Order: sequence, then structure tokens, then C-alpha cells
Amino acid sequence: MAQQTRNIAGGYRREGSEIHPPYLYPDYKGTRLRAPKKPLIIVPHTLSELTGPLFGHTGIGPLDNDLTRQHEGEPLGERIIVHGRVMDEDGRPVRNSLIEIWQANAAGRYAHKGDQHPAPLDPNFSGAGRCMTDDEGYYRFITIKPGAYPWGNHPNAWRPAHIHFSLFGPAFATRLVTQMYFPGDPLFYQDPIFQSVRDPKAQKRLISTFDLETTVPEWALAFRFDIVLRGRDATPFERPHA
Amino acid sequence: MSSERSRAGITPSQTVGPFFHFSLLKEDYSRLVGSDHPSAIRIEGTVYDGTGEVVPDAMLEIWQANSAGRYAHPEDSREGLSLEEGFSGFGRCGTDSEGRFTFITIKPGPVPGPEGKMQAPHILVSVFARGLLKRLTTRIYFPEEEEANSEDPVLALIEDPEMKKTLIAHPIEGGYRFDVHLQGESQTAFFDV
Ligand SMILES: [Fe+2]
Repeated sequence: MAQQTRNIAGGYRREGSEIHPPYLYPDYKGTRLRAPKKPLIIVPHTLSELTGPLFGHTGIGPLDNDLTRQHEGEPLGERIIVHGRVMDEDGRPVRNSLIEIWQANAAGRYAHKGDQHPAPLDPNFSGAGRCMTDDEGYYRFITIKPGAYPWGNHPNAWRPAHIHFSLFGPAFATRLVTQMYFPGDPLFYQDPIFQSVRDPKAQKRLISTFDLETTVPEWALAFRFDIVLRGRDATPFERPHA
Repeated sequence: MSSERSRAGITPSQTVGPFFHFSLLKEDYSRLVGSDHPSAIRIEGTVYDGTGEVVPDAMLEIWQANSAGRYAHPEDSREGLSLEEGFSGFGRCGTDSEGRFTFITIKPGPVPGPEGKMQAPHILVSVFARGLLKRLTTRIYFPEEEEANSEDPVLALIEDPEMKKTLIAHPIEGGYRFDVHLQGESQTAFFDV
């Protein structure tokens, strides 16, 4: 049964999804009581899974992708450009799709009442941004580099610096929430969230690359983070692409 | 032909973490229609963990067709079924300190399924939370649709009748209750989409 429903023509591909972390990853304590233990039911991609929310540009302000200009003054920290391209597995751009991000400030503190880390809040930094990808799948944010922060997972546990990303893509089946990391972070080895992705090649895809070409002289360093969403099997109505 | 080899690897999922509210819930997406809509229904529930404790830092997203069974998306090209002005079919709600969420929406119509069969009216759900390294997905079905539910091709994939029951909402005043149990004896049926 499961085999039969694995790939319905016109559905999104399932091969490749084994690189996602498992639900239960005991080193990350939060998974222990929240991971389902009963097997998931493989569902064919019906019209319900092949459709999904579209947002258009309504409600997105011109400064929503610039996290350094949402307040009176400029936030403290290292100003950076974070940009990249959202594509599917076949290299097709994911166009006009909503990206939402959130992050800690330069001191490693979230503007969230639940964050008790004794590091200063920055009145000029909220840490939330959003934008739509353009016709080629490109996006661009201006922000400040987030700081590492401690958490209670294990003694002396620290999260490597990261920016949270939320993407929709074209369908319910392509929804992705992930985190972007920075190259060369010394904290990767002890972070169970990063390590929950077991395949080293897949781990690498979570790490942005320093992008000298996009760096703006005298102003901001740039990091590139390309995102790959699931691709779709050709539908019977679609000509095979060359 | 594009070969397996030329495919790019997908970007792995990571947890939403505990601190998403100021970004993802900055706007209220929990009301898909106004409460004064003539066919507005309320869908509320509580998210529980494996010990039965409530989960106060989860976020649910829903995706549904309109009352005619049409999705507001180009993939659904059935022009004969009307779209509803202002109804996107998308909702998002965080859980409160008691683990509760509430959506105001309308009941979706039936939608096509595999092999020309119809699916019973249903709402797709994604669950995100700290401790979930990737989203969980499930479906809400309606208790008064007994016949359609018994013929639904997706419900039919669930062999255990007790588990099947976890996807049927309970009628309450003005709507339905749909609780989500992430783990344990009464675990909700989750799908590999
Ligand atoms: Fe974080």
C-alpha cells in the first residue's frame, strides 16, 4: 500500500526527504515528549496537498525586509545583507512566495517575553522581517548578525548564531521552516538541533556562505543562503523538460 | 531529461523554536471570515504532549477549500465552482498558556481525491512547536459527514479505528473541538505528506 502511494504522477517528490531530521532526536530534549511514536500515514498528494496559501504582496511594507530600519535609531551590531534564491530540486525558481524570518539581536536576546537570557534588549531591533521572492526566486534582507545564546538543553548548551526562516512555496506539500547558520561557527558540534540533520551534505545546506561580491564596501557584509524546496514529478500534461 | 544526479538536495527542516510569535503571529490570521459571516464556525482545541501536559508554545496552520469545495489556488482550475471574495483558505494561530487555539472559518465543501473519487470535507493542519524538528500534518474531518467520511480515500488509509477517530472533530456550541495529541496512547493520526 505504502509503496503504491509513494509517487503519484503530478505530486511532489518524496525521495530526498530522508535528509530531514527525525521527529525523535533524544539529544534535543524537547523532542522526547513531543515526537509522535506511532508511524505516520503516507498520504497521496490530492488537490488539498497540491494547493496552498498564496499571499500576494498585500500587507507587506517596503521596509519589512530591512530589519535595521524598523525603529527610530539603528540597531547595534554588525550590519549584514542576507540574500539568496529559492528554487525547487530541478532548479526552477520559486516565484512570488512569502518568506518570513526572525532572530535574536546582536547580544543573543530575542524581543520575546519568554526569553530570559540576561543579555540586553535593543530598543531599535525587533528581529522580524518578511518579503516575497521575485520572479527569479530571489530574496534579500538587511539585518544585523544575531548573537549566539545559551539554552537549557544540556550543561553549557549554546545555540550557534542563526536566523529562523519560514517558507511556503507553491503548495501545502512544500511548506518549510528552517534555520540559517553562519560559516565557521565553533558551536555546531555541540548543537543537537543542527546535528539532528545527520547527512553532512544536508547540514552544509543550512550554512550560508560569505559573499564578497554582494558585500557593500564601507557598509555591510553579505551572506548568501539559497533554499531548495521539494520538486514536483512531471504531470502527464507537462512536456518532459530537456 | 533531467537526471537524478542533476537534482539539487533539498534544504533540511529545523524547529520553529519557542520564540516565533513576534514574527509569525504579528498579524492575526486566526479568523478566515468575520464572526458575523452567516456560516461562520469556530474550531477550537488544545495541544497535548506525551504526558498529557498542554503545549503552550505551538502554532497551528490550516488550509482549506471554500464552502463550494474550491481552493483559492491556480492548481484548482474548476471555473464552475465560485471563489469567495476575501476567503484565502489559510489560517494560523498560536496556542495560549493553556495550550488552546481557536479558528473562525467556514466549513469546506467536498474536494476531488485520487482516481476520480471525492474526499469528505476536511481541513489540512500543520503543527509547529519547539521540540518538533519538522512540522506535523493532520486533517480535521466533520462528525456530521458520516457517509462521506466512510468513503473518504485518505481516512481509508488509517487501519486502526481508534486512530481514525482522532481526525473527526467533536461538535460544540457554534462549531467544533479538535484536540491534538502529539504523542502517547491517544496520539493524533499524523500524515507523511
Ligand atoms: Fe532561535
